[in-house]
Amino acid sequence: MTADDIRRTVLEQLGNIAPEADLATLDPGVSFRDQLDIDSVDRLNFYIALCKTFGIDIPERDYGKLTTIDECVAYVQQAAAARSAP
Amino acid sequence: MIEFKMPLLGADMEAGTLVAWQKQPGDAVRRGDILADVETDKGVIAVESFAEGVLDQILVPVGAEVPVGTTLALLRSDQEPATAPPVETRPAAPPRPAVEKVSAGVAPGVKLPEAGARVAASPSARRLARELGVEISTLVGTGPGGAITRDDVERAAQTKPPPLLPAAAPPPEVDRATRMRRTIAAAMSRSKREIPHYYLSHTIDLQPALDWLTAENERRPITDRLMDLVLLIKGTALALQEVPELNALWEQDRAVLKPDVHIGVAIALRQGGLVAPALHHVPQKSLDQLNVELRELVQRAKSGGLKSSELADPTITVTSLGDRGVEAVFGVIYPPQTAIVGFGKIVERPWSIQGQVQSRRVITATLSADHRVSDGHRGALFLAAVERRLQEPDKL
Repeated sequence: MTADDIRRTVLEQLGNIAPEADLATLDPGVSFRDQLDIDSVDRLNFYIALCKTFGIDIPERDYGKLTTIDECVAYVQQAAAARSAP
Repeated sequence: MIEFKMPLLGADMEAGTLVAWQKQPGDAVRRGDILADVETDKGVIAVESFAEGVLDQILVPVGAEVPVGTTLALLRSDQEPATAPPVETRPAAPPRPAVEKVSAGVAPGVKLPEAGARVAASPSARRLARELGVEISTLVGTGPGGAITRDDVERAAQTKPPPLLPAAAPPPEVDRATRMRRTIAAAMSRSKREIPHYYLSHTIDLQPALDWLTAENERRPITDRLMDLVLLIKGTALALQEVPELNALWEQDRAVLKPDVHIGVAIALRQGGLVAPALHHVPQKSLDQLNVELRELVQRAKSGGLKSSELADPTITVTSLGDRGVEAVFGVIYPPQTAIVGFGKIVERPWSIQGQVQSRRVITATLSADHRVSDGHRGALFLAAVERRLQEPDKL
């Protein structure tokens, strides 16, 4: 899965949580929580959706590493690579 | 016969619009069954039955706006004979006389759907469609049973091409956000006008609870991980059992203590405004059960689908603005409730324990309470009880 594929899916999941948002205007390097005004329950639902979609686990201690779209893409790429490594 | 009435779904709700019947005459009804969907300023609410029996007559048709307390339908026991239904339960289809009249058998105060109407839509949606120049018969409704809601009309208006000639100035538009603000304004103004608030705050060492939560969540899959808010809600509920006068409603000029603790959770809506639906019987439920229910409640509050009991039952409200960096929340009591508990952001602070200063994560808990019902001394005992409960998270 390429970074673009992951980015598309990340944006799709954010769109599910904030359906009124114009995702094209999001700054990928800035906290999506602030840009979309999402609360802790939304954020947890977003992480759960990433885990289910990509077949990865996100430990609670890593939540702080997934605050921007860019960070989410990098994290998922790394986690997916680690999962498929022999 | 048992009367099924338009419920009061908020302190300042005056009327609601019947948008769908979920049962038909002759259907068996059990306590808790959803009988109808009603549109209010808080969205479409599923209204449950508080009685058992058989739905005998529907008195209010789809599309009608009726005041709170209006009898919407009659239920009978299994033994009672059925009577003929006086009202067509689908949206009125045949042309009606131009002059509005109330049909025999229709509940008093009911505003019938407009003459000639062929689509299911609330009067407020029709009014908005007229104001915005939207042809309502061309819309596809997204409300219950395909009913057209104000949101459908607003969406259609946004996609409508602009007129070729400048139109006359439209009347002031009252959109959903404005209606929500008006509802909140009415409830909060009433609260500040009628309730003598007193305010207390208490900083709580949350380190034991957070340490326990971290260890607990470490061994759980993400779908089962507990949210810290759940611990705060459960701690509040257990503390209320120690200071029960804070779990009361002000009814008929006196405080009525409630035996069950139903905590209203303040939830900010994406389109603006907020609702505070109830988590029921909180002291009796496990953290896991509350965690599941809270996630589901937040989702339904935001997407629509709250139940009438969830809006009518809270005996106290908990609000948390810690997510937004606020350290302390001094809430306004939601009548007829008599207290609201606020939680701020979890912050790291120097904290002295047995003469040793340590860095601890703490939270500010606040109480806004009704001085007609309790005094500061009891309020302080309550906040102390919340703190004590949170020191033993494994017992929550």
